[in-house]
Amino acid sequence: MALTTIFFLILSVVAIGTAIGTVASRHPVVSAMNLVLHFLMLAGLYLTLNAEFIAVLQILVYAGAIMVLVVFVILLLNLGKEDSLETGFTARKGVAMTFGAAFVIQILILFTSAGSFTHEITDKSVNVGQVKNLGYILFTKYLFPFEYIALLLLVAVVGALLLGKKKLFLERDLPEKSLK
Amino acid sequence: MSDLTFTLIEFGIKAAIIINIVLVMASVEVYLERKISAWIQNRVGPNRVGPMGLLQPIADVVKLFMKEDLVPKAAFQGFHRLAPLLTLAVAIGVYAVIPYAHYVNIGERTVYWGIAPNINIGVLFILAMTSIGVYGITLAGWASNSKYSLLGGLRSAAQMISYELSMGLSLLGVILIAGTLSLNEIILFQRDGWYGLRWMVFLQPVGFLIFLVSSFAETNRTPFDLPEAEPELVGGYNTEYSGMKFGMFFLAEYANMATASAFLSLLYFGGWSLPFPEFWDSIGLIEGTWSRALLQFGSFFVKLMIFIVFFIWVRWTVPRFRYDQLMNLGWKVLLPLSIINLFVTASVIIFFGL
Repeated sequence: MALTTIFFLILSVVAIGTAIGTVASRHPVVSAMNLVLHFLMLAGLYLTLNAEFIAVLQILVYAGAIMVLVVFVILLLNLGKEDSLETGFTARKGVAMTFGAAFVIQILILFTSAGSFTHEITDKSVNVGQVKNLGYILFTKYLFPFEYIALLLLVAVVGALLLGKKKLFLERDLPEKSLK
Repeated sequence: MSDLTFTLIEFGIKAAIIINIVLVMASVEVYLERKISAWIQNRVGPNRVGPMGLLQPIADVVKLFMKEDLVPKAAFQGFHRLAPLLTLAVAIGVYAVIPYAHYVNIGERTVYWGIAPNINIGVLFILAMTSIGVYGITLAGWASNSKYSLLGGLRSAAQMISYELSMGLSLLGVILIAGTLSLNEIILFQRDGWYGLRWMVFLQPVGFLIFLVSSFAETNRTPFDLPEAEPELVGGYNTEYSGMKFGMFFLAEYANMATASAFLSLLYFGGWSLPFPEFWDSIGLIEGTWSRALLQFGSFFVKLMIFIVFFIWVRWTVPRFRYDQLMNLGWKVLLPLSIINLFVTASVIIFFGL
């Protein structure tokens, strides 16, 4: 067995295990840490595909930035007993389950039609994950989606600022004596 | 010997040596910190254990090992145990990509000094590892179930997230000029020009200053050691730790300091490169011989030690910032400065070439 196959097996088993752990665990911090481990395993899987840049970005962006913020918020919020959050079956859950089931069926169809899990590593596939090629493609072929996402992020930042500053605007509108 | 066995043995030996170097460096740093702080404060410092107190770090470690390991009853057991491990593992993991010297030829094989110095994402790997390091401290603060620890952990997370931004952006200038993310290639760029002195610090002085300040914040050292501000938070995130678990945080802090120093010397001061490479070639110390590699390691080590002493010097000279001053400096001064620096660097490269 090749080394990459062994690594693939270990990483994918841990990835699936932590993914289940993320959904199944009641404790928000345990859940979040499971997700972090899952991201690390995904990064390892990218490494077995020779996509080093994407692997390290996976760690840097998801595990290092987004999940840190999520954990930060969880710690600040001081969540109460999770059992009280338990609710019965609602229409919203039913819709979510339907879509989830459809998604699982799609994945199963994809896997069965793929036939084999082995893949050929060609010179072309090795170069896809390199920084230079990625940058070149982003700024030529996919320039419009790239800039569009940048605009979307800007809107998100402005929105966050507006939500955060809401209180300040109200205070400014108040008559002066009530401030003192 | 097959290639695979050779590689496995090679990397096993390298990993063992590097881990030992990191741990020994940490104890050397502790000794230096005590001696230099004593010197700055006009004291004598440790002088009882061994000649000139040289064995003091060993006595410290023995003390930490012998201490009772207390875990608060209200602590979240699993994470309380995991946090120091995570912090130390991440701190040591960074050393996998640091090049210590160029290479030596053993038989027909070329052995590079460092576990993966040529990996083409070296710079990003270090950034990714430091960003993972936040978890250790945050979890330590939360799992201890103590208000001082939690405040320390939260402060530290906020601080590290804020300064990572300007750190990454100031690095981009170096990456743009060298045109690579590989640490060894960045060093080669600095070696191949201006008689081996084309150091990034001359090309990127502003970026260097931003990086220097950010690395102080990233390593939680004074003047940015708010996470463990004694007058307010007892000991910060490690308040509820004792024995070797506390020792691991301690070790990780010093390992991180060495990492930051190594990173500074690699990116801005030429790393292992020797000035005047032609001179060394002419006296027979060509690339690939052990003597040349040892000289290169010496060059790297001297720069590393200078930065470590600088870190210690600053700690005992500058008072601690207030928390809002820290955030103002990070977001309102360093971040815009690093963006301007990046913009100017990119413009110069486009309009004037390198």
